Amino acid sequence: MATTEVIGPQPVRLRAVRRRWGEDVIKGLLALCALVSVATTVGIVIALVEPAIEFFRAIPFTDYATGTRWAPTFEPPSFGVLPLVVGTISVTLWACLVCMPFGLGAAIYLSEYARPRVRSLLKPILELLAGIPTVVYGYFALTFVTPLLRDAGLPVGVFNALAAGLVMGVMLIPTVASLSEDAMSAVPRELRDGAYALGSTKLQVSTRIVVPAAISGIVASYVLAVSRAIGETMIVAIAAGLQPNMTLNPLEAVETMTAFIAAVGQGDVPTGSTEYKTIFAVGLTLFVLTLVMNVISIRLVRKYREVYE
Amino acid sequence: MSAPAVATGLGEGPTRGRWRGHLFRGLLLLSLAVGFITLGTLLVDVVQRGFAYLDGVLLTSPPSSNPEIAGARPAILATIYLGVLLIAFTVPIGVGTAIYLEEYADKTRWYNRALELNIQNLAAVPSIVYGILGLAFLVRGLGLGRVLLAGALILTLLVLPTIIIAAREAIRAVPDSIRQGAYALGATQWQVISRQVLPAAVPGIATGSILSLSRALGETAPLLLIGALQYIAFDPTILGAFTALPVQIFIWTKLPNDEFKTLAAAAIIVLLGILLTLNALAIFLRNRYQKKW
Repeated sequence: MATTEVIGPQPVRLRAVRRRWGEDVIKGLLALCALVSVATTVGIVIALVEPAIEFFRAIPFTDYATGTRWAPTFEPPSFGVLPLVVGTISVTLWACLVCMPFGLGAAIYLSEYARPRVRSLLKPILELLAGIPTVVYGYFALTFVTPLLRDAGLPVGVFNALAAGLVMGVMLIPTVASLSEDAMSAVPRELRDGAYALGSTKLQVSTRIVVPAAISGIVASYVLAVSRAIGETMIVAIAAGLQPNMTLNPLEAVETMTAFIAAVGQGDVPTGSTEYKTIFAVGLTLFVLTLVMNVISIRLVRKYREVYE
Repeated sequence: MSAPAVATGLGEGPTRGRWRGHLFRGLLLLSLAVGFITLGTLLVDVVQRGFAYLDGVLLTSPPSSNPEIAGARPAILATIYLGVLLIAFTVPIGVGTAIYLEEYADKTRWYNRALELNIQNLAAVPSIVYGILGLAFLVRGLGLGRVLLAGALILTLLVLPTIIIAAREAIRAVPDSIRQGAYALGATQWQVISRQVLPAAVPGIATGSILSLSRALGETAPLLLIGALQYIAFDPTILGAFTALPVQIFIWTKLPNDEFKTLAAAAIIVLLGILLTLNALAIFLRNRYQKKW
């Protein structure tokens, strides 16, 4: 068959008769908006890496990564980052001890036990916790929790890792609860019904069916909470102190990586000095640490979405 | 007459199991209570402490070394200016990105997937890292200096991912049948988006934007790095030095004098008042205008 003669009306051509340039311009502008976030990431990487490389040219990386004394302003200066890392771990540990069990408990209650009406009332109140500015939590840790701990008989300093960590943990409860609850809600009803049909109690369904089925989402929420705890600045800058202190003793003051950056960054440190560049070295360490955890968390969330949705 | 030896366990499990169930339920309620009790204690404590200093002086006077006459007027004004600039910057860029990702982007292309992952990741980058970005590029690189505009720009970048994610969800919730209907009537892609999809998504976008705004206005750490930590006695301008309300709270909290801590509590009441109003507005918009398709 070569050419067939079309009889009657010509078929309608289903593409635009002429190219609409306006449409293309709009698409281009929108793509430009999207490029802002790409530029942000590139900007962050450049802003951190370049001065950090200069820093490591002056201070060998092994001295930085394994040194146990952090004293950039002393003479002679010492740039061992471990005290800051240990301080960060100390606070993060206490935050996790609070947000992981209580966040999971809240999630199980909201997802499995609460009636829809109760749930729609409780959830926004819980999420208010995430809406309180961190500077307010810092104030609360310093002026309320630390004196409370002292009244309870603990010999805590004015600045200590414990109060900062506990308050941070409460702040992170909604983070853990809402992500975990999402994962639990995605568990199909049939799994629960099957277990009930076999005579399970609500407790058994919650702990042996729903939690294991939602485990990747729960772990994702935990990883995200750890990442947030490591990156949190104001609570520790106010309540945990600014003394590089290589200790896991929660009663003592510590300096975290974020608190150090905030303390040095707010002063008038001359551009180009090694001290100025420490901000970027520590910032890069922080960025890489949290980046790894965020990617793990995003992957895990995708995993349960793939299975159940 | 002896009862038939048939025992059905339906409806009444073993007592021990029920006991455990009650205990477990109690533990779950305790988990929720930890959050609620802390929230309540925090609010009551701050209000009790700061109420005495919550007066006209706080709202209308500049800071001072004398706590009796110290106020937060420049900081409150700066926070309001920041809010206005933030809305002006973040909403167009954020909604634009969301439209691109939801309506135009081909999800099978690697660069669109990378873009998506990038935004998800940016949402979880610590806020102080944004401060470093601002310090390196805006304040020193561009030579903008420690001005309010630099603060607004850095907070814009900080909350953009949150706004984009919220706007995408709102746009995705608009059913495809609406788009198909408009196309069938001969609308171009942009006409479909601007006259059908966006109007339907406005409540969701507005809710997300207001929540992000409230988060940004409570941020302190990035502003510290771009130099908002200073004594400002005059009303701020966009291209002038500034200190925002959370930073003012930080300054007063760090001072050894207890009266300044009281003043900080009063400033916290003002800040929480602003943020809770924004939150309430967002929840109201969501409940009032959100459509169920």
